[in-house]
Amino acid sequence: MIPELGHFALILAALVAVVFGSLSLLGAHRNQQAWIALARPGANALALLVTFSFACLTQAFVVNDFSVVYVAQHSNSLLPIEYRVAGVWGGHEGSLLLWILMLTWWAFGVAQFSRQLPDTMVARVLGTLGLVAFGFLLFILFTSNPFERLLPGATEGRDLNPLLQDPGLVIHPPLLYMGYVGFSVAYAFAVAALLSGQLDAAWARWSRPWTTAAWVFLTLGIAMGSWWAYYELGWGGWWFWDPVENASFMPWLIGTALMHSLAVTEKRGSFKNWTVLLAISAFSLSLLGTFLVRSGVLTSVHAFATDPRRGVFILIFLVAVIGLSLTLFAWRAPKVGLGGRFGLISRESMLLANNVLLVVACATVLLGTLYPLLIDALGVGKISVGPPYFNAVFVPVMTPILFLVGIGPFARWKEASLPELLRLTRWALGAGAIVAVALPLVYGQWKAMTALGLFFAAWVVVTALQNFAERVHHTRGGRSLLTAVLAQPRGFIGMHLAHIGVAVFVVGVTMVMSFEQEKDIKMAVGDQVSVAGYSFRFNGVRQVEGPNYVAMQGNFDLTVDNRFLRKMNPEKRNYHSSAMPMTEAAIDAGLLRDVYVSLGEPIDRDKPEGEWAVRVYYKPFVDWIWGGCLLMSLGGLLAMLDRRYRVKSRRAAAATAGVQQAARN
Amino acid sequence: MNRYYWIIGAFAALVALLAVGLNLNPRDVPSPLVGKPAPVFKLAVLAEPEKSVGPEDFRGKVWLLNVWASWCVSCRQEHPVLVEFSKKVDVPLIGLNYKEVRGDGGFDMNKMPADEEKKLALQRAGKWLSEHGDPYRLTVMDLDGRVGIDYGVYGVPETYVIDKAGVIRMKHTGPITPEVLAKKIMPLLAELNR
Amino acid sequence: MKRTLSALALLFCLFSTSTVSIADAGTEAALAADPVAEKRLQELSAELRCLVCQNQNIADSNAELAQDLRREIRGMIKDGKSNGEIIDFMVTRYGDFVLYRPPLKASTLLLWGGPLLLLIGGMLALRAYLRRRSLRLADEKPLSSEEIRRAEALLQENEPK
Repeated sequence: MIPELGHFALILAALVAVVFGSLSLLGAHRNQQAWIALARPGANALALLVTFSFACLTQAFVVNDFSVVYVAQHSNSLLPIEYRVAGVWGGHEGSLLLWILMLTWWAFGVAQFSRQLPDTMVARVLGTLGLVAFGFLLFILFTSNPFERLLPGATEGRDLNPLLQDPGLVIHPPLLYMGYVGFSVAYAFAVAALLSGQLDAAWARWSRPWTTAAWVFLTLGIAMGSWWAYYELGWGGWWFWDPVENASFMPWLIGTALMHSLAVTEKRGSFKNWTVLLAISAFSLSLLGTFLVRSGVLTSVHAFATDPRRGVFILIFLVAVIGLSLTLFAWRAPKVGLGGRFGLISRESMLLANNVLLVVACATVLLGTLYPLLIDALGVGKISVGPPYFNAVFVPVMTPILFLVGIGPFARWKEASLPELLRLTRWALGAGAIVAVALPLVYGQWKAMTALGLFFAAWVVVTALQNFAERVHHTRGGRSLLTAVLAQPRGFIGMHLAHIGVAVFVVGVTMVMSFEQEKDIKMAVGDQVSVAGYSFRFNGVRQVEGPNYVAMQGNFDLTVDNRFLRKMNPEKRNYHSSAMPMTEAAIDAGLLRDVYVSLGEPIDRDKPEGEWAVRVYYKPFVDWIWGGCLLMSLGGLLAMLDRRYRVKSRRAAAATAGVQQAARN
Repeated sequence: MNRYYWIIGAFAALVALLAVGLNLNPRDVPSPLVGKPAPVFKLAVLAEPEKSVGPEDFRGKVWLLNVWASWCVSCRQEHPVLVEFSKKVDVPLIGLNYKEVRGDGGFDMNKMPADEEKKLALQRAGKWLSEHGDPYRLTVMDLDGRVGIDYGVYGVPETYVIDKAGVIRMKHTGPITPEVLAKKIMPLLAELNR
Repeated sequence: MKRTLSALALLFCLFSTSTVSIADAGTEAALAADPVAEKRLQELSAELRCLVCQNQNIADSNAELAQDLRREIRGMIKDGKSNGEIIDFMVTRYGDFVLYRPPLKASTLLLWGGPLLLLIGGMLALRAYLRRRSLRLADEKPLSSEEIRRAEALLQENEPK
């Protein structure tokens, strides 16, 4: 009964979405107050219905209702409760429902935190979101119903893919989807602005915190996924340039460009067309990602079991959402003003250059991702485009971006002087050069790529600190240092924190790619292997029982310079529901390195007390990769909470209240 | 017309590409061996293990090489089609039994001597053919999969059409369905035998 | 049917990743004795795509075929074959599909040249835009001092100081 209620709520949600979506847009167009007033309650009702539906599916998972096909395919009565809940998004149908849930929550958020916006604007934004939600609801209802029944019901579920039975599953998809879907808000604001013809600084100001919020989620989501792959897949990789990873990376690149472009539009009124185009592109790329993952046009580790019907549906939806908004853009854009004047060397021009570079980076990823498809479609063969390609072409594009990250914050709006910029950044140049020459030598080998990466990391950090210190110095005015630091706008602190995050990330990538080591060996009890000075002593394996698996757990002593560091216990798990063994690596994480051991198989299958195949890794600075992402997100979070968004809204609310008061009097 | 329409054009091109992509199978890898001479081998025959044959023994004939193994699930699916084919068509169908024992995954190969592997393979393959019917003119045994590598085998079953001059003319990966047989293989055989 | 099959194959790949197989473990270990050869094997096989688990390279994949191919490569390294010869061996059997680094030829010209073209094109477009923009702004009637004052005031309001 409850699954039927969930299904019914989805149908109802689709109706609500299409009705309030089109009425709010029409109302805004014709200035019909009654229809405009539908927007907020409509968005609230939509969120409520989809949340209810999602709760129904969760309930089916929690009580092991195997009469629901989706539950029977993705759960099992032995599955621990947290994975039963996370199992809701462990497959195509449920993850699509999660996507829709996120979308309606974003719309709900806009409905709540938009008191300072004109009602027609709110109606246009929410109306757009409502129609997007309608499209997804049709998709789920017609091609991917998670509530479909199995008659007669199964007595036991097939179980969640053991690879997904990990805390990573609980966190990674919701974060990633929050990011993906969050760009729908920026998209809706852009469409609303185009519809109204009012592309102004106010519009940029409204959509800025939403864009940053989505970007923060996406950053965390991608980082989380990368970390999960690193510790779960057991071969120590953290990014594979897989089509699906690229699908999440492309909106990230464009979203990053959008955040910077919005800053210019808000502060200087320039690049309005460009900003709108980026807002449309960011969400379009999220949709493209959905298409790539769920249609099966590309092979990927992450791809869901595919069904061509779904591909056709998303493609039509893609054409509707992206095509319409691009047409709207092409129609409106020529009439939009240019905004403020600025010189060839200025904050504006540098931000624009950064934007162009980020777009080029994104286009490069898109090219590499779709090229095999293009070649295949033209019938000239089958090729693979993998990490060696992306690593080769990505560095030249990213290098100038890193350069701009350092110098950009020093450049003044409107007009900056090149000699002054050079003078200001000479310390950073020097520091970068020293680090680039010296640090690789500490690790025993000087390589150009290593030096380049470290140079830019140092460059970004020093410029950020120097720029921050200068501003604090100029605005200090007799206050204590701490007060002066804390008095800086959060947006400013956030910017530098995020930029330092980029540097930290670059250090991680550079060091791990330059100096990682791995060994693949056979070990008997008592054997010892060492990698980069770390010794692993193998003490044998023992059997341990998990809730729904049996594992062989290895016992290793990790020592460095004959000093005992810790025990390490990698596992080889056999889940009851599947024949394939799973590897759980043991990782000793550290600030400057991870050491990583994973258990292969016994050499003699009947003698687990005998020799085992073992892989050990030394990964210098690998955690900096995710640490950097974390710093970037923190920076974004701070920027999003900048006081000016709130002060303004309070002031605006006061103004509105005043006007209403006056009207009443 | 304004200067922003090129964006719509680019998007339309992208959509066209994706639409075409929906009808392609990204996992299907065409063989570079098509149009090249069939790689040579010398492998033991299942029915007479002391005798061995190679592609040159079929020179002058159009023949099919079908890669199979008793552990291969999809082979069971295509087998009736092959049995039917062998009854109706007078084209030599040669079986290449691929990694009969070590491909199974159920054996510890470190503990199995080569002659034992061979004995077991012959026994398993023979049993399977007597159970499911033997469509093959003869089957050769590729115990360690070396010949399979030379033929670029990556998913069993696979089928090669080889012409009178010993050149591979077609490769089909995956089970042969009646449709594939009727639409792709039969016309090609007719053409090559003309 | 084919799609389901490939989905199954994919699942198999996911499950079996990173387990050093039984048949191979012995040789894998023996190889570790020769660090130079091992390094070469790792570098080579990281550039080769596994045909069974199509989103893994031959170094990481543990599909049977990947193990067989690692064994072949190992043999060729031992026989003193060059990297080029080993790559050729793979390409004649499986085509360009096995190469994660696509070879430079007519059909991949756009792939390899694309990023550079995009970069140059992007920079040229940026320059053209900035030029045109300043020209158009210069064409516009200069603002009156009153307008400038108002504009400055508005901008001031937006500055986060």
